[in-house]
Amino acid sequence: MSAIWNTYGGALAKAIGVHLIYVVVAVAIGFVIGAVLGILLSRAPKISVIVLPILSVFQTIPGLAFIGILFLVIGMKPATVIIALAVYAIFPVLKNTYAGILGVDPKYIEAAKGCGMTDYQALRQVELPLASPEIIAGLRMSTIYTVSWAVLASMIGLGGLGDFIYQGTTSNNNTLILLGAIPAAILAILLGLIIDRLQKKLTPRGLQKEVNRR
Amino acid sequence: MIQFENVQKTYGKQVVLKDLNFTIEDGQFVVLIGKSGCGKTTTLKAINQLIPTDSGKILIDGEDVSKKNKAELRRHIGYVIQQIGLFPNMTVAQNIAVVPKLLKYDKAECDRIVRDMLKMVDMEEYAEKYPSEMSGGQQQRIGVLRALAASPPIVLMDEPFGALDPMTRDGLQNELKDLQKKLDKTIVFVTHDMNEALKMADVIIFMDKGEIVQMDSPEGFLENPANDLVKEFLGEHLYGAQTLTKVEDYMRKKVSTVHPSNGIHECAEMMARNSVDSLLVVDDDNKYIGTVEIGDFMHWGKGLKNIEPLIRQNERTVRMGEEAKESFDYLLETKANYVVVLDDQDHLMGIITKSSVAQNVATNLWGGENA
Repeated sequence: MSAIWNTYGGALAKAIGVHLIYVVVAVAIGFVIGAVLGILLSRAPKISVIVLPILSVFQTIPGLAFIGILFLVIGMKPATVIIALAVYAIFPVLKNTYAGILGVDPKYIEAAKGCGMTDYQALRQVELPLASPEIIAGLRMSTIYTVSWAVLASMIGLGGLGDFIYQGTTSNNNTLILLGAIPAAILAILLGLIIDRLQKKLTPRGLQKEVNRR
Repeated sequence: MIQFENVQKTYGKQVVLKDLNFTIEDGQFVVLIGKSGCGKTTTLKAINQLIPTDSGKILIDGEDVSKKNKAELRRHIGYVIQQIGLFPNMTVAQNIAVVPKLLKYDKAECDRIVRDMLKMVDMEEYAEKYPSEMSGGQQQRIGVLRALAASPPIVLMDEPFGALDPMTRDGLQNELKDLQKKLDKTIVFVTHDMNEALKMADVIIFMDKGEIVQMDSPEGFLENPANDLVKEFLGEHLYGAQTLTKVEDYMRKKVSTVHPSNGIHECAEMMARNSVDSLLVVDDDNKYIGTVEIGDFMHWGKGLKNIEPLIRQNERTVRMGEEAKESFDYLLETKANYVVVLDDQDHLMGIITKSSVAQNVATNLWGGENA
């Protein structure tokens, strides 16, 4: 065990760091874009009926192919990885934001309008808070997917935990594969837990009760 | 004052509001009632422009509502929706302060309003609770407070108590009526429940197919229903008064009776037990013979074997199927305690007492017991 640590320790720590940065930056960008698009589409459900299926088709393009194409266009820069991961991170957030806002009971929107809220005020004060559990569930999904997709970074020589996995598979070294896979799994679980915490903090007490009751 | 002038609204080909013209005076409690789809809710929501109208004018104190900024307009009109609609992500205090905050009142003012409002309904300790932590009745109480928070002169209510159980609804109706009188608000209230309308309204507007069928006081509706549909809605209130007019409708069937052969002592004890001062005497076939009274027992009862010599026949008797009104008049005009009801063969059926009269008066004034 200590032999492995001495050999790979430094490289592993660096790989985890790089991997984490890819995930956090890509998810942050994907979340903002996804949430904004989700809000915009929720304002125009008629357009969304057309737009959402098209977006979901893009989602089915294999990550490997997409990152390859971006590599050809942009080159071997971290931006390639970030952009590719961010694009994939957008969709779960977008879909959940859209569904979350549309899922808000119309009576609350009527009440908000009836109280004299403008559209923006109703969105900020009522619709987004009520949709927040679902939006954060989308963030969680994005994050966990992105941890596994970030493995692809090493395919174009840009590091991360993928390095260990690819080296392991090409040299038939199970230790290396596990050294990449286990931290990646732990990373996914940890980030998931952090977001769960965040969700509990962000969800208003009144809503938590309602969720528990169901 | 709210004025509707030739207000029209159509959805596609369907006419929802057909040339509406009416005026609601300040401080009135106005109830819009009718079948679902009659246009009552559309009329309500046209006032705060939640539903825009096609033509005609709605004026509040002379100003055309369609020309005002909608959000601004609604901040000055209270609104209570059907299914409560408290924001579940906000505490009770935050919910009450929604409109004051939109009107940019400062924090101290908002806090004061929340305190005063909660105090009005004795719910101060609920300020920091969330709607999901309260009962339906408590929630709708807060829903009403939210509508009143910025002291709007007009409050619109769309079947606010429809989802509550009858007991809670009754309590809230009373509270609302008190609040309205105390705060001198103009309230426009939609319901499909005639009991609620009769109880709450100063003026009832009855609608059908987008038109006003009748606009009148509750008394006016009861005295002069405009057509059969209105009569149908008034239901038990009308028919209650019309059909329950016979003596058997008001007669008390459980009465204490004795036989002529019963002893005086025995009868006196029976009177004491039932707290009455007279008894009905019937024969073996339950045929009415007369009555005996405690006074006669005292004067002449000594030494008599049974009550037969003391039977009097001075109580008024009526037959089944006769109008109850005559008996009521008789009871009210004389000192008689009851009227005896007999069938065609003189069998005793029951008695009508003064409490029967009271029941009749109550039914005519406020509808049946279940109103």
